Amino acid sequence: METHKFICIGCPMGCDLTVTVDGDNISVTGNTCKRGEDYAKKEVTRPMRVLTSSVKVDGGEYPVVSVRTNCDIDKDKLFECMKVIKDTTVKAPIKIGDVLIKNILNTSADIIATKDVDKA
Amino acid sequence: MDKEFDIVIIGGGPAGLAAAVSAYDEGEKNIVIIERSEQLGGILNQCIHNGFGLHTFKEELTGPEYAARFEDEVKKRNIECLLNTMVLDISSDKIVTAINKDDGMFSIKAKTVVLCMGCRERPRGALNIPGARPAGVYSAGTAQKLINISGMKIGKEIVILGSGDIGLIMARRLTLEGAKVKAVVELMPYSGGLKRNIVQCLDDYSIPLLLSHTITKINGKHRIKSVIVSEVDENRRPIKGTETEYKCDTLLLSVGLLPENELSKKAGVNINNVTGGPVVTQDFETNIEGVFACGNVLHVHDLVDFVSEEASDAGKNAALYVKNSDKKKGKTVIVKAENGVRYVVPNTIDTNFEEDIKLRFRVDNIYKNVYIKVTMGDKELIKRKKMIVAPGEMETLVLKKEMLSDSDNIDNIIVSLER
Repeated sequence: METHKFICIGCPMGCDLTVTVDGDNISVTGNTCKRGEDYAKKEVTRPMRVLTSSVKVDGGEYPVVSVRTNCDIDKDKLFECMKVIKDTTVKAPIKIGDVLIKNILNTSADIIATKDVDKA
Repeated sequence: MDKEFDIVIIGGGPAGLAAAVSAYDEGEKNIVIIERSEQLGGILNQCIHNGFGLHTFKEELTGPEYAARFEDEVKKRNIECLLNTMVLDISSDKIVTAINKDDGMFSIKAKTVVLCMGCRERPRGALNIPGARPAGVYSAGTAQKLINISGMKIGKEIVILGSGDIGLIMARRLTLEGAKVKAVVELMPYSGGLKRNIVQCLDDYSIPLLLSHTITKINGKHRIKSVIVSEVDENRRPIKGTETEYKCDTLLLSVGLLPENELSKKAGVNINNVTGGPVVTQDFETNIEGVFACGNVLHVHDLVDFVSEEASDAGKNAALYVKNSDKKKGKTVIVKAENGVRYVVPNTIDTNFEEDIKLRFRVDNIYKNVYIKVTMGDKELIKRKKMIVAPGEMETLVLKKEMLSDSDNIDNIIVSLER
């Protein structure tokens, strides 16, 4: 049996949640609504995040283009993905929504541009 | 006179874009947006994190994506935009003087002006931190621009003073970039940032948030080498003996935003001392007829969605003013903030209104299990229970026309908290 503590982000209330995991049995205390329970369960079973960053641009009006993953990825993959993003350079022009890195680290998420960058 | 426009919008950030679109859709098409930078979208361009647009588009967008949605709407309508153009002056009779590289200095005669200049960060000079003046001290927004737009690195060991949202967002960004964020230091006993930013930007990366602490010294001759962090008492005075040194090569300041109203003041617009923004009616009109204000120049918002919503209303009202500038006015009542409520926008209400009025306000501290109340004389117009209210989260209440039906002998509407 193990316990985890979180602050709920469902609303400004910020309930202090305690999650107890006992095999397949997950129980949440400290929440004042259902959203808190759902959030805490997701956080202990499989925390996911959208990653945002920027990628170097060759020959563009700006030296970098802002990017994000097109869906949630596992939280513990964030730093590995950042390494791949940092080692990537793309050529201008870039259109918003362009896939710059396909299926990054087999997460099934693509890194997509969030801004247009024209040629310099 | 060089040019004439019905509606001149000062600033091409989220407020300016939304105001332009709604004014156009109300049927007034002779609009110009004047923007000092080389692109539309304002500060959203450097806010590359996600979380924008949940209210407006029902999805989580990044700042540049949110801006692009509104820019597309502006482009679709062929609304004229003057980029790289700085407004120097607005006169009380709505002559806008501006300058750019191609046209030099010129003036525009406007029927209405919508102030959408946004806000800027409180600078280091306003803080009185003792110690040296080395390189490596940035406002959080400057650091954000250098990293996200100019693609630069700013440092490896970071301390952040102030737990405003930009500081929290930068703590995560710098950590993902490989820097070590040693602490976020907050003077107040609570954070001024959104809860989800505390959790997702600090807790996710085990970055300590030191509440009731401040920086009492900056060390370093050429480049910052360390800061001294001290605990503060309930009067926000540093407590002797609590000093701790944090080695760092960079200090970010995220200590508040100030509406940018130099132009408004020149035009003679009255400013509210609490918000730092213009005093406005429910139409977002200032004391100068035909001059409107919305977005962060009016009061600092925490969500861009609410900026867009407010600016959309202001833009529409500007268009209605162009159509019918001598509309009949009813009685004016003053909206007051009392007992735990720090301010309310709008400041006055003309009782002769048609559409529901949104009262936007902030409280002055964290309160649990309170009622937020709107009263008129001894009549209670609205009473709503809240589990929690916090200074970092703007509150909204809707005032309906029928609520003010017997306002004949009333001069004030009061928004307050009841414990």
